[in-house]
Amino acid sequence: MSVKLLNITKEFIDLEREGGKLIAVKDFNLEIEEGEFVTLLGPSGCGKTTTLRMIAGFETPSAGDIFIGDKNVSADPPNKRDTSMVFQSYAIFPHMSVEQNVGFGLELRGKPKAEIAMEVRRIMDAMGIGELARRRPDQLSGGQQQRVALARAIVNRPSVLLFDEPLSNLDAKLREQMRVEIRRIQQTYKITSVYVTHDQAEAMTVSDRIVVMNRGRIMQVGTPFEIYSRPENQFVADFIGRVNLLPVTVEKLSDQGCEAVDAQGQRLEAASAASGIAVGRKAFLMVRPESLSVEKDVGANEAGTGNASGAAKGHSAISSIGATEAPHAIERMLFARGVIEKSVYLGSTVEYEINASLDRPVLAVSHDPVDVGFWRPGDSVALRYNPRAAHLFLR
Amino acid sequence: MPSIGSRAAADLKRAARDPVLLAVILLVTGSLLIFVVYPLVSVGAASLDTGGGKLGLKVYADVAKSAYIRKAFWNSLMMSSLTALIGSLLGFIFAFAVARAKVPFSKFFNMIAIIPIVSPPFIGALAIIMLFGNNGLITWNLLRIQNFPVYGFNGLLLAQVVTFFPVSYLTLKGVLESMNPILEDAALDLGGTRWKVFMRVTLPLAFPGIASSILLLFVETLADFGNPLILAGSKFPILSVQAYLEIVGMYDLPKGAAISILLLVPSLIAFYLQRWLVSRRKYTTVTGKPQQSTTQIVSPGARVALFAVCAFVALIVALIYFSIIVGAFAKVWGFDHRPTLDHFKFVFGVGFKAVRDTLVIAGTATPFAGLLGMVIAYLVVRVRFPGRRFVESVSMLSFAVPGTVIGIGYILAFNHKPFALTGTLAILLLNFIFRYIPVGIESGKAILSSIDPSIEEAAINLGADARKTFSRVTLPMILPAFFSGLVFAFVRGMTAVSAAIFLVSSRWNLMTVHIMAQVESGNLGAAAAYSLILVLIVAVAISLIRIVLKVQYRKFGGSMLHF
Ligand SMILES: Nc1ncnc2c1ncn2[C@@H]1O[C@H](COP(=O)(O)OP(=O)(O)O)[C@@H](O)[C@H]1O
Ligand SMILES: [Mg+2]
Repeated sequence: MSVKLLNITKEFIDLEREGGKLIAVKDFNLEIEEGEFVTLLGPSGCGKTTTLRMIAGFETPSAGDIFIGDKNVSADPPNKRDTSMVFQSYAIFPHMSVEQNVGFGLELRGKPKAEIAMEVRRIMDAMGIGELARRRPDQLSGGQQQRVALARAIVNRPSVLLFDEPLSNLDAKLREQMRVEIRRIQQTYKITSVYVTHDQAEAMTVSDRIVVMNRGRIMQVGTPFEIYSRPENQFVADFIGRVNLLPVTVEKLSDQGCEAVDAQGQRLEAASAASGIAVGRKAFLMVRPESLSVEKDVGANEAGTGNASGAAKGHSAISSIGATEAPHAIERMLFARGVIEKSVYLGSTVEYEINASLDRPVLAVSHDPVDVGFWRPGDSVALRYNPRAAHLFLR
Repeated sequence: MPSIGSRAAADLKRAARDPVLLAVILLVTGSLLIFVVYPLVSVGAASLDTGGGKLGLKVYADVAKSAYIRKAFWNSLMMSSLTALIGSLLGFIFAFAVARAKVPFSKFFNMIAIIPIVSPPFIGALAIIMLFGNNGLITWNLLRIQNFPVYGFNGLLLAQVVTFFPVSYLTLKGVLESMNPILEDAALDLGGTRWKVFMRVTLPLAFPGIASSILLLFVETLADFGNPLILAGSKFPILSVQAYLEIVGMYDLPKGAAISILLLVPSLIAFYLQRWLVSRRKYTTVTGKPQQSTTQIVSPGARVALFAVCAFVALIVALIYFSIIVGAFAKVWGFDHRPTLDHFKFVFGVGFKAVRDTLVIAGTATPFAGLLGMVIAYLVVRVRFPGRRFVESVSMLSFAVPGTVIGIGYILAFNHKPFALTGTLAILLLNFIFRYIPVGIESGKAILSSIDPSIEEAAINLGADARKTFSRVTLPMILPAFFSGLVFAFVRGMTAVSAAIFLVSSRWNLMTVHIMAQVESGNLGAAAAYSLILVLIVAVAISLIRIVLKVQYRKFGGSMLHF
């Protein structure tokens, strides 16, 4: 079923300050479609758990309304809402066996015993924990507990599944495995899901849409692609991965993209722009490290629009094993010039930090170093980008 | 694989490398043998003495034939079971109301439940006589009932429930507070009503704690001496009192010893059952630390009901202390309630020797008991030596052995050479020291086993010997345990009756024994004044201990020193 949060605000009594108030969530608006998988992503303390607990009914909003389907559930207690939560600590009942845990929700609903047994069996087999039925919770590994918690939530066929950092107690490898699993299960049963995490990679893997939050407010709602490649503001750009930002002023807007100039008067292009971008506005031009190519600096007198083929020739200055010209010359633009400060060889990639006299070093990642070769600290380089990979948002 | 013997030898050799440590181990083991085991063996031996130095079961046969003692046995078991059940029920309601339902005035209810713990255990009996006795405030002054049947079953049950429900409250409060509220959230989320969540999750999770509390209360009530001595009366005999009367009234040592063995057996069974239950620790949360939850897990109606029960119990407790306070300042309780300081004049005049004696005895025994508790905790957790398990279980024994049994054991064991101690200060001190170490040991063990031994190893590595390591590194770390050990030893020392009543003499007497004597002779005002002074001394002493430890170990702050 769909979930709608309308103007939700949640204030807590501040435990630190006498009589003070702590605003955990502020003016939160979100519509989640039926069957959609939405992730709340943000730094610790930004109000993710509070939002999730308000959907579940453990917390009452100080203002605003929550709808599940067409029904306003704002005043309903958790047991009257058709939601199931997977808790960070799993909250598996230690005094019940695994199958009793999984069947507990059905039992509370007064389902007949035979039906409970059948449902429990089916879901546990689907989750690959069929053989754990008679175990005690303290005989389970972390990953198994996680699956039991998931099975217990799903067996009720809830309208909405809620996850509060469900993978944070697992080791890295299991975490990657389980997030694929969670996505698969959600797709199988098509249950509307809200997932809380502070791990951006996790959010990217599982979500249809991501809600980036900061200090109780929504910073952006979008698909993983939009969040990563088309951020609305610096917070989102910084929070999701590494980023290079160039302060610019917007000069021209058209259907093909935008043009802007930087402090030196150099012209730059970007294919997309965030809301609010208009001619004359101060903005950041964003290029992700993997979209920057590190090339030989052919000279300071080079024009703003680089000649693509020329640049492609220059960039394999050190090793030119197998270096070929790009078959279709794309127009690459100059992002900045600088000197390699650090280069870290990681096998499949090389990561560079380049001093380009900006506020922070420019980051660039080049793939397949054996093919394109790599630079050493002290080398003067030009950083180029494809305008399709560049994006503007307001400063 | 090395044999047990050679492993023990290796342990001993390792211990012998530090002579101070070895000396401490020998001293602790030896004194536990003499002052805990030997008296118990003496009781057993005395009960088997058929006269003329021959051993046999004759005394037990006599005891079994006596219908009166059989009655006392069943009365004691019934009274202890009922007190355990009702006391644990009230304790749970209190704990649930304060720790989980967060009813209004939680702090006040918490205080109400703590006060009886630091009071003499017979204060309930005293107040009940004052309220419901022949000249009772309620029965006589208000309702004009003469000879209200306060003596016997009803009065004793009320007194013991009021005395012991706080023990259950403290146990269960700990249990409920360490329970992860997320589990209740999860059950609610799965569609359970609050009532179902309580029945299917909260209660089953608390069940081991509740069972443990019931057994603990059973043991404590069975051992209780002050309340039944005042309230049981001759028609409702109670074992602990019968054992005392046989010895002090009839001078029949073997019979008294046999009765106290009757008392000891159910105590030990319940105690070891409780230990076993606690050691299983089945329902610790599987993953994650207890999290906070703001979910309201009780319905408004249930909250009102919880509050009502707490308020009612608080009212009774308040009434008890109210009558003690008023009684201490009233001319003749029940007849003439004009204010007077006569009773205090008596306490600080003729009766002051008992106050001084009590202070000397409790004050001297407390630091020894506190330190001994920490030393034993350290030895048991950190040092490997042959006899470690023996030291561990024997030092905990006084939790299980009723004071009456120990008291009889001491008079049997220490009235002849080589330990002719009867009537001396030493016998009281030794009794107090070895009886009041278990709380310190328990909390010391809990803290020590949660501290990484490498901290102490680092100190040793820096050149500290065992004594320095203990006093400079270990003791500061286990300060909270030391504190609770000291407080427990002092409170129990000040309020001790059951064992001490056998050991006092005209040279060394105790306030509690005096209070009992005043009650028996109908001088309720003096008894109340004595009790009030006693409670005040305990309150002041707890604050003093707290301050001294805080100054001594300033950097550990006051936050750790909660009682
Ligand atoms: N029960 C509570 N009482 C007071 N403050 C709370 C409570 N729960 C959460 N908060 C505060 O609300 C803010 C948001 O918390 P939370 O939703 O848990 O953040 P997140 O899950 O994103 O880490 C934090 O500042 C937190 O301290
Ligand atoms: Mg959280």
